[in-house]
Amino acid sequence: MTHTVSIEDSGVRYACAPQESLLSGLHRLGLRGIPVGCRGGGCGVCKVEITGGEFSTRAMSRDHVSDDDLAQRRLLACRVYPSSDLSVKVIGKLQKKVCTPAADR
Amino acid sequence: MALTGVLRPGHAQVRVLDLEESVRFYRDVLGLVETGRDAQGRVYFKCWDERDHNSYVIREADRAGIDFFGFRVLDQATLDRLDADLKAYGLATERIPAGEMLGTGERVRFTLPSGHVIELYADKHKVGNGIPLVNPAPWSKARDHGIAPVRLDHALLYGPNVAEVHKIFTEVLGFYLVERVLTPDGQGNAAIWLSCGQKVHDIAFAEYPEPGKLHHCSFLMESWDQVLRAGDIMSMNQVAVDIGPTRHGVTRGCTIYAWDPSGNRFETFFGGHLPYPDYETLTWTFDNFGQGLDYPQRKLHETFLTVVS
Ligand code: FES
Ligand SMILES: [Fe+2]
Repeated sequence: MTHTVSIEDSGVRYACAPQESLLSGLHRLGLRGIPVGCRGGGCGVCKVEITGGEFSTRAMSRDHVSDDDLAQRRLLACRVYPSSDLSVKVIGKLQKKVCTPAADR
Repeated sequence: MALTGVLRPGHAQVRVLDLEESVRFYRDVLGLVETGRDAQGRVYFKCWDERDHNSYVIREADRAGIDFFGFRVLDQATLDRLDADLKAYGLATERIPAGEMLGTGERVRFTLPSGHVIELYADKHKVGNGIPLVNPAPWSKARDHGIAPVRLDHALLYGPNVAEVHKIFTEVLGFYLVERVLTPDGQGNAAIWLSCGQKVHDIAFAEYPEPGKLHHCSFLMESWDQVLRAGDIMSMNQVAVDIGPTRHGVTRGCTIYAWDPSGNRFETFFGGHLPYPDYETLTWTFDNFGQGLDYPQRKLHETFLTVVS
């Protein structure tokens, strides 16, 4: 069973399976310029804020996720797995890529 | 003997987010040989053809990246001399007692102005490569387990003050500059490749605002064919691949960049030209950095400049 991930302020929605990270689901959409980095929670390029829904995580580098980030659910998309439909805000390096029309990217 | 002073890269200690997942990756996918675990929980590896006890050590931590990178020096007198030379140059050094790392003698440790911790040591237990010293076979069965590189070859580290780092390696540690990429204004070096012997590089640095970052640790393959085989094994195991298989313009080495399960980049590397210390440095202008990185595609992949651990 897959869940639907909605990216706020962009109209982008995609299906993501529970065993698939938010980043790999997003990457599958083929949006140009999505910053796919290490995919292992080490480099910090894929930060998102989860604004609604349930999910599980795997270990991610605390160099890029502070206590405050954890409390605010600002996490690395390559280490977040949906367990319900999710709404997500893209922040940091992802924001420009997802929320800018393809022609302007 | 012509090769004296600093002989070669000897070890890297890298932080991982999940120890057992990483052990499985380094042992069964990369195909390193596990040589021990210590009371701190660190796991020690070497490449199949390396003779010393360890070259790659991992430890579980809450962040990825590199703890330190170490070089083997010729002997104890060399270690003492380089320690004194580093101090005379104005760097603080520290002695880590023998045995703090398994199978490893006393280490001299110092921190570069780029934020990286570098170590020197003169002694590491010779465990051998599983092939007898008399009438040796050219390889052992260990060569076929996983990607199975032959040795830890070099590292590329990202941090500030590369010009200062360059001076320390050339003026104190006896390295020479093999290749460099100029900054966009052509006035400085954006990246430097340094050798302490006749390898195309033993360590490299690139200018980056955050200190102490790891770009990659590199493992040597025996042929281009073995690099392609490494790529097959990465895909079979869903390893996150960054760039390649391709050939660097800088060094002429054949390469794949990929990431370990914690987001530490590593490289499977083959080839490169063989410089001597009297050779002139090869220079790449910044607008040709794309060819320097990926010669056939002439592409300055964004991840090369922005993704580090
Ligand atoms: S891609 Fe590197 S932390 Fe997600
Ligand atoms: Fe390299």
